[in-house]
Amino acid sequence: MAFNRPLLRTSYEQDAAIFPTYTQKGAMVAFGVFLVLMGLGAPYISAIPEFFLGPTWINPITNMLPLAISALGINILVGVTGQVSLGHAFFMGVGAYTAVALGGSGDEWQACVPFHEEIGLLEERGQCGLGLPIWVWLPFSGAVAAAFGIFVSPAAMKVRGLYLAIVTVGLVFIGLHLGRMFPEYAGDFESGRKWPSLDFRLWKEETPLIEFSEDGKWFGLIHLSEEQKQYFLLMALLGGFIILAKNLVRSRTGRALQAIRDRDIAAEVMGVPEFEYKRLGFAISSFYAGIGGALWGSYLGRRSPVDWSLFLSVDFIAILLIGGAGTIAGTMLGAVFVELTPEIVKHRTDWLAEQIDASNIFTPVANFLLTTGESGDFGPINIGTVAPGWTMSVFQWNFVIYGVLIVIFLIFEPLGLFGIWIKIRNYWKRWPFSY
Amino acid sequence: MSEPILEADGITLRFGGVTAIRDVSFHVNEGELFSIIGPNGAGKTSIFNTISQVYRPQEGDIRWKGASIMGHRPDFVAELGIARTFQNIELFPQMTVIENLLLGRHIRMKQNWFQGMLWFGVAKAEEMENRRQVEDIIDFLEIEEWRNHPVALLPYGIQKLVELGRALAMDPELLLLDEPVAGMNLEETEDMARFILDIRRELGISMVMVEHDMGLVMDIADRIMVLDFGEKISEGTPEEVQKDPNVIAAYLGSSDLHVAAE
Repeated sequence: MAFNRPLLRTSYEQDAAIFPTYTQKGAMVAFGVFLVLMGLGAPYISAIPEFFLGPTWINPITNMLPLAISALGINILVGVTGQVSLGHAFFMGVGAYTAVALGGSGDEWQACVPFHEEIGLLEERGQCGLGLPIWVWLPFSGAVAAAFGIFVSPAAMKVRGLYLAIVTVGLVFIGLHLGRMFPEYAGDFESGRKWPSLDFRLWKEETPLIEFSEDGKWFGLIHLSEEQKQYFLLMALLGGFIILAKNLVRSRTGRALQAIRDRDIAAEVMGVPEFEYKRLGFAISSFYAGIGGALWGSYLGRRSPVDWSLFLSVDFIAILLIGGAGTIAGTMLGAVFVELTPEIVKHRTDWLAEQIDASNIFTPVANFLLTTGESGDFGPINIGTVAPGWTMSVFQWNFVIYGVLIVIFLIFEPLGLFGIWIKIRNYWKRWPFSY
Repeated sequence: MSEPILEADGITLRFGGVTAIRDVSFHVNEGELFSIIGPNGAGKTSIFNTISQVYRPQEGDIRWKGASIMGHRPDFVAELGIARTFQNIELFPQMTVIENLLLGRHIRMKQNWFQGMLWFGVAKAEEMENRRQVEDIIDFLEIEEWRNHPVALLPYGIQKLVELGRALAMDPELLLLDEPVAGMNLEETEDMARFILDIRRELGISMVMVEHDMGLVMDIADRIMVLDFGEKISEGTPEEVQKDPNVIAAYLGSSDLHVAAE
């Protein structure tokens, strides 16, 4: 088949395709191959993330993947259905604690039933964990979170916009309270508890069918480290969930959700039952959140209730605003940007600190930007232990960068990174002509 | 004369102390172009909103083919086959023309969200079939060149056409047109009138039209109902309505207060 031109559509299939042209298909395949080679640590290719993130680049990237799955969920709720929610961290937490209750290691099943007929609330608290395999706890973590989403959705019929955002903020605090109330699920409030590993078992056998938690040969074929295995698993899951989300948006249900976002009364008159679709938006969004939360907990191994806080919810709103709400490509760009920028800044600052003693062309830059806190050493970024005056640590600078970026995007590019990409693309589409 | 498909029987709609519609009865026959006219604030659009059950009238009954639709939700009414356009365009601005029209096909499509997420199989086949039907509507309304534009960027006249197309995509038996030519120039008005007549002739859809353009109404309507201050003051063919002293009084004012009070 011949290569088709960008705007020449010859079938309805092509018109509805995610990547209508061969150029786009080819670019996506190339990007997929790039991600695989990167994960395998191929020379030259893995030098790219290493430049930005240092030799342990695979950790921040893998850490981002479950959050990207959750971000797909917030995009479906806020970007596509138009229901502003700050409760995403709560739904992630629901999924994560479902995973730990079903898959975690625990004492006996009685600990999972907080209310006993004879003695009321359990006094002798064991730790709830049934030790079930991942194919049980992962779908369940999504389903239970979705059920909570359905339970919350009637609020969206009563309140809209900012008011709904405030109502859903309440969820996050309820979640924190529940974390304190039920240590048999949440473990210690400060230090948390251990999550089940990502190992794939058929049931509770000793040796897992597919190993994700130790370095070693995989299927007797290829030697991979633990991090690489998790990278591939989460990358594959993210890829799958991206395709599901994209399919949803381009089919009947997705259009109905967008109609509710744009004009809810008109949508109803067109035959879209408002409540049912708002409920569906909450359910699917929470499903994604639950899956993301469960995977995040499992990847990091240990989480505490305070990790599912309002900051996490705000992170997701930032992902949408910076990436571009309502588009899946934008959500992914936002997730990469929001989760990796702090890591990049941190790595490059560490690198700059090494240049002070190396005396090369970067040394004056390093001397200008960095300070160790000694008197007479000025610079905006503090790398020492004492902070003299107004200088801030990298950690604090990251918050500043984050805030400034949100303001900049809101004012100058409401469509976010995706909008910038569209502008670049349209420019080169017509190049060298202006119109 | 054929059977009435829509009957409104003594509907009264109040907002607090304001009575928007007072005891209005009318019927629409199959294949008919029924027009509702009246000065601003007479309650014309409110009648549309009661038919699509966005407003719930306090008194009276609205029947679709003999069965009452009172108390049902707007999406139920839409599924019966009553489609409408709006006075102030109510398209989905961030969606393209095709997506807006496909949204009109929503009630005629059967796939659920799960099939949609899987795409391959039921959803894809259905999307392709409906995409083809939407293309027929695009051809019919001659809006091919705007297909892939987000509607927010389209000129006003085209948006009006897209909204008509979205209503047609619902496969309606009754089309409620709320000021289809409001704000249009002469040429656009002529085009719209032609489309309305074509819809009637080729697709056999009954229509209720609210319109201020008297020339258009008198030319194409079969029967006309005149409202003033929420009350029906006249009903009949264009000729009958034009001669009705109540109508003349409502539109032009009258020194004869007895006629106006009647």
